Amino acid sequence: MKDTTENVKFKAAWKYAPAPEATDHVQISSSYDLFINGQFVPPKNKVYFETTDPSNGKILAKVAMADKDDVDLAVSAAKIAFKSWSKIKPQERGKYIFRIARLIQERAREFAVIESMNGGKPIRESRDIDVPLAANHFFYYAGWSDKLAYAFPNRNPAPLGVVGQIIPWNFPLLMAAWKIAPALATGNTVVLKPAETTPLTALKLAELIQESGLPKGVVNIITGDGSTGAELVQHPDVAKIAFTGSTAVGKFIKKATAGTNKKLSLELGGKGANIIFEDAAIDQAVEGIVNAIFFNQGHVCCAGSRLFVQESVADQVIQKLKDRMSTLIVGNPLDKNTDIGAINSKKQLDTINRYIALGKKEGASIYQSECHLPEKGNWCPPTLFMEVSQSHKIVQEEIFGPVLTIQTFRTIAEVIEKANNTPYGLSAGVWTQNGAKIFHMTQKLNAGVVWANTFNKFDAASPFGGYKESGFGREGGLHGLKPYLKFD
Amino acid sequence: MFPDLKNLPSFDTLGVEEKIQRFCSRSIKNESKTEGLKLALSMLDLTTLEGKDTRGKVEQLCYKAMHLHESMPGLPTAAAVCVYPSMVRYAKKALHNSGVHVASVATAFPSGQSGLEIKIADTRMAVDEGADEVDMVISRGEFLSGNYRYIFDEIAAIKTACQHAHLKVILETGELETLDNVRKASEIAMHAGADFIKTSTGKIQPAATLPVTYVMLSAIKDHYLQTGRMVGMKPAGGISTSKIALQYLVMLNEVLGEPWMNKDYFRFGASSLANDILMQLSKAKTGFYQSDNYFSKD
Repeated sequence: MKDTTENVKFKAAWKYAPAPEATDHVQISSSYDLFINGQFVPPKNKVYFETTDPSNGKILAKVAMADKDDVDLAVSAAKIAFKSWSKIKPQERGKYIFRIARLIQERAREFAVIESMNGGKPIRESRDIDVPLAANHFFYYAGWSDKLAYAFPNRNPAPLGVVGQIIPWNFPLLMAAWKIAPALATGNTVVLKPAETTPLTALKLAELIQESGLPKGVVNIITGDGSTGAELVQHPDVAKIAFTGSTAVGKFIKKATAGTNKKLSLELGGKGANIIFEDAAIDQAVEGIVNAIFFNQGHVCCAGSRLFVQESVADQVIQKLKDRMSTLIVGNPLDKNTDIGAINSKKQLDTINRYIALGKKEGASIYQSECHLPEKGNWCPPTLFMEVSQSHKIVQEEIFGPVLTIQTFRTIAEVIEKANNTPYGLSAGVWTQNGAKIFHMTQKLNAGVVWANTFNKFDAASPFGGYKESGFGREGGLHGLKPYLKFD
Repeated sequence: MFPDLKNLPSFDTLGVEEKIQRFCSRSIKNESKTEGLKLALSMLDLTTLEGKDTRGKVEQLCYKAMHLHESMPGLPTAAAVCVYPSMVRYAKKALHNSGVHVASVATAFPSGQSGLEIKIADTRMAVDEGADEVDMVISRGEFLSGNYRYIFDEIAAIKTACQHAHLKVILETGELETLDNVRKASEIAMHAGADFIKTSTGKIQPAATLPVTYVMLSAIKDHYLQTGRMVGMKPAGGISTSKIALQYLVMLNEVLGEPWMNKDYFRFGASSLANDILMQLSKAKTGFYQSDNYFSKD
């Protein structure tokens, strides 16, 4: 028998051999044009930019940079398509959307692999979360297509026209689904602009939509950078803008659309409070912390990036969290055992590193798990900041990376005040085995979604959106139809 | 010392199931698979617990434990052979210096429905006949009626009767039903002196499951942090394939880690698992699945 008095560390001994997902079934073209009016057309100015694999810096493809003329072309295609698309029988609209959903399911593996190659997220997440949820979103809204009159009785819901949709780089395919599915179900036509760093799955979706036989011009997908997005926002024939991204850009869009007739829905940043009470199931709560902040490398607007632990269990929770972090595998996004993949871009890595440096400078105590990081590519180890307060910048601002701040609290009133003491209001989590406490907290927390004894759970039937500077308008569920309709 | 049962961590069933899915989604391939399977073999408690057991049957099982698959060199032996007290002497003789332990169930196995004196006598018989390890059952009826002190005293008494033999305490989790009950029973058993905690007798369904084992591993971890004493874990019953065995090992690896990754602190109570592992190991070597007739059935 071993000496049991030695200080045992709970470190995993058994190393798992590489288990990479195959990529040979995936087809990525060397160059992608703009998807306008059912066809891929080259950009007017012939400018292309490169899109890379953030885990190794390899160039995956060249992608068209749309300028004002291209935006104009896409919007006018959508405007013409709107005339017939808004008039066809709602059941027929539903059939088209169902077809898109089924095609995504059929090609799920290819989408998952490309999502991980282009965005850096682990294949476990793109395979088990992103792609199935994207398909589910199309299935869900397909069902609403012919039931709008029942959803909004006596209000005569009608589509808006051309909607401009701008999506972020953290969930490229899923955000495309969140935007396109309700827009189509309500009879609108779409011009979608994917994020600059992650255009590939949206372009594969364009190919799939072309294959599905959806009428020309109903969905147009144009790639580009912020300037392309700005052109879309300012286009006079766009009836509505739906944007998911940073609060800074959200404010710009709000200003740019002020005084116009454009409808607007914004899903912006967050600094979610994840609250652990002493009567929580501690081991599951520790797992919940991991899912809240290290899911998708922390590139999640609703991430639980501010942890509040009741003082009586703080030491225990932090110790267990550190032990759990030692078993997280950081590395090749395509390996099936990877828990944390690559940071999406060099720019985002710089931002995260700037905040980590700031946290140290502010005097917070830092903990990073010992993990071997690959040499090439953009990487950040899972990071904790302890001994912080509401006055620390790293507690106030969205970092959008695998960086967690940990504060302790003593009473319910105190934690509610601190949780709400932020310009954001997107998400929160509550961990307790006491049901009454959960209901009390959900009433007091100013957040669009409050998870109880879980975190980062999504469902097409569940509305999602923010309060305060996290935006307005809801996506998902019955509520997600409203931003795409006008009423009598 | 009787433990403080008021402040035990509770377990959220959905949360535990989600966590189990994470373990099960690990992809174990190539050399790590071979390594894991060989480790699993070395942790086997080959078991026969039937009314129809005889000296002949037990001796054959013992030979199997020492020679799992002669045509594949470099394999470990099983960790132990687990039998009823009446069979211990035959097993002890058959295994003599092989290093394979003799484990004996005791204490009115499997129901435990008898008096303490008989249970102590049962245990003494097993130890006197040469058992290296004793697998006792707790009185589930007493536990469910809240008589925790009874359980504690019972385990402590059997521990004393075991002398030098290692004590494994079977919680029979299939009859405790909730994860919080499993956590509580684990706490009592560890504080009362258990060297191992074990899920099941194999006579009740469900036997070992991943969620129950996860709760027990977490309890072992908490106990170590609290007292500095390492307690072992033995899931038993229902673990019949290599795939499931590897899932258990992934969980062990990521909850308790290196110090527990050996037969001194982890066992599988299983019989048919051995041949499935051997079949997988031979597949890893040759690239083909062989007929099950190439693997001895004892």
